[in-house]
Amino acid sequence: MSDDEIKDLVLGALRRIAPEAGSEIDPDADLREQIELDSMDMLNLMIALHAATGVDIPEADYPKLATLNGCVAYLRERIKAT
Amino acid sequence: MAWETIKKSQHDLRVTPNLEDYDHTCADFSWDAVRRALDGLPAGAGLNIAHEAVDRYVAGPLSGRLALRFLSKRGETRDFTYRQLGSETSRFANVLRRLGVAKGERVFVLAGRIPELYIAALGTLKNGSVFCPLFSAFGPAPIRQRIAIGDGRVLVTTAALYRRKVEQLRSVLPGLRHVLLAGSSDEIRGLPGTLDYRLLMDEAEDRFVIPPTDPEDLALLHFTSGTTGTPKGAMHVHQAVVAHHATASYALDFHPEDVFWCTADPGWVTGTSYGIIAPLTHGITSVIDEAEFDAERWYSILQNQRVTIWYTAPTAVRMMMKAGTDIIRGYDLRRLRFIASVGEPLNPEAVVWGREAFGLPIHDNWWQTETGGIMIANYPAMDIRPGSMGRPLPGIEAAIVRHRPDKSVEPMDEPGTQGELALRPGWPSMFRGYLNEEERYRKCFNSGWYLTGDLATRDADGYFWFVGRADDVIKSSGHLIGPFEVESVLLEHPAVAEAGVIGKPDPVAGEVVKAFVALKPAYAPGEELRLDLLGFARKRLGAVVAPKEIDFVAGVPKTRSGKIMRRLLKARELGLPEGDTSTLESE
Repeated sequence: MSDDEIKDLVLGALRRIAPEAGSEIDPDADLREQIELDSMDMLNLMIALHAATGVDIPEADYPKLATLNGCVAYLRERIKAT
Repeated sequence: MAWETIKKSQHDLRVTPNLEDYDHTCADFSWDAVRRALDGLPAGAGLNIAHEAVDRYVAGPLSGRLALRFLSKRGETRDFTYRQLGSETSRFANVLRRLGVAKGERVFVLAGRIPELYIAALGTLKNGSVFCPLFSAFGPAPIRQRIAIGDGRVLVTTAALYRRKVEQLRSVLPGLRHVLLAGSSDEIRGLPGTLDYRLLMDEAEDRFVIPPTDPEDLALLHFTSGTTGTPKGAMHVHQAVVAHHATASYALDFHPEDVFWCTADPGWVTGTSYGIIAPLTHGITSVIDEAEFDAERWYSILQNQRVTIWYTAPTAVRMMMKAGTDIIRGYDLRRLRFIASVGEPLNPEAVVWGREAFGLPIHDNWWQTETGGIMIANYPAMDIRPGSMGRPLPGIEAAIVRHRPDKSVEPMDEPGTQGELALRPGWPSMFRGYLNEEERYRKCFNSGWYLTGDLATRDADGYFWFVGRADDVIKSSGHLIGPFEVESVLLEHPAVAEAGVIGKPDPVAGEVVKAFVALKPAYAPGEELRLDLLGFARKRLGAVVAPKEIDFVAGVPKTRSGKIMRRLLKARELGLPEGDTSTLESE
């Protein structure tokens, strides 16, 4: 999967959780802060990313997925590894 | 299944607990004795929370002790000794005085867990004004409603929150005279109608004499939600501090050398009573983390700050359980000696998990916005029955009551009988009313009891067990959410004809907000409309109040008198029997 495809996948999952977020997401800023996700939203995002990619995301890794670029980098590595 | 009682022995207690002999302490207890243990304003000028929490330590040997330690999201630390906290809160009181903010007028704060919030809270109390916290994750709709109902005169917030949530409301909140912004001066200069918090503070004197304060003077306004109607502003008075102090001593076991961490946000009552006030009245050190939950961050805070007493919430505990005990092994948490939890009932698995994870069971306790402080608790010396909220603290009389046909209530003494949890009025932190809502306040009392709205049982040994709510309010991640507030916003959407909102059971959050909407004839259900509604609600209400799920229905079930039958929606959602539907209007 290319980086752009992964990015679209993350944005798609985000849109289903927080449709108000719009498309101007700063890829390096904390997602929770810029679109005001609460802890349940973050949990739902992790579940959605797992469902879409099959990548297991242990809780200890959540901080690595705090930004859009973080999500892309994390998933890219894990998808490659499988 | 029945859970084994967790027995306590001397071995489990590293210090002698403040509440050791329950029966004796209860028998000897008097609120007056606690009151006498507090300082009181100099020259008999009354009782003021801020004096008990700050000023009395400024003059004494503890003035150099660390009072508050703030950990920022970005990893900086800001410390305030009792002396520094005294100066800063005096500056804030002088700022209010200069702005002409009078005794009894409301000062709202909308901010994350930053020093300005805590300083404003205590400075407001010094000035005799009323502190009202707003949860920073609220959207513009809940903010507007609460400031309007509370007739807020001052709002302290950050430049970022102001731009996103408040600027658009200024024209509809004419009573809101002053808005103070924390943040960089450059950011603030571009925002008309606001004042620079830092500039005002720098210009203010760091000495302030607290004016005479009657113990019954209004001090705190905490908004809470009912099933119907607008949010209710529960009013608390200065002598609530007597209960904050005593209950923290018994249920949280504060000792002079403790380092305490309350993870609750001051936007909710726990974060004020125990996140700001009680640790300060005990002269101990509080750690405050600005960031949201993150398991590893939390364990490193417990370790690095040498936290001894930790007061947290079931949703956080369940998230830690998901993260597993392995990562905890990398931390040295030997300082930690007591863990308590509040916000919603703590499931027995979580109570027991604490032992596996930290070598300490988690002690659940129970109270609500209206009670102002902990009422029923698992205190350190007692054996824990996992799943029970514990026993009433000294000074608190609790009962399970039933409603009689003549509309009065009576206690039921038979163990295990389910009824409404009721408290005998008279403890100092009991709310004194809902602001401008005398009728709703009166309805909370019956036959000499305060009715909590919670259904519970009591066993033969006096342990109380939570059963459920008597009404339809939703408890999500420990936050109380009124379905009506959510339904009202959904109804503002042009496509929505009817809306019914329930709490759907969730293994992590306790409940999540779920909405059922019926559309107007011109609209058809579909994924795009569902997302539009979701975004619409989140933008207005904020992520914590807005629904997480929205389902389309042909019609929302109502009684013939037009009341939404949320219970029926819930039963259908869960596939449970629908119960009595005799009042149901044909759908």
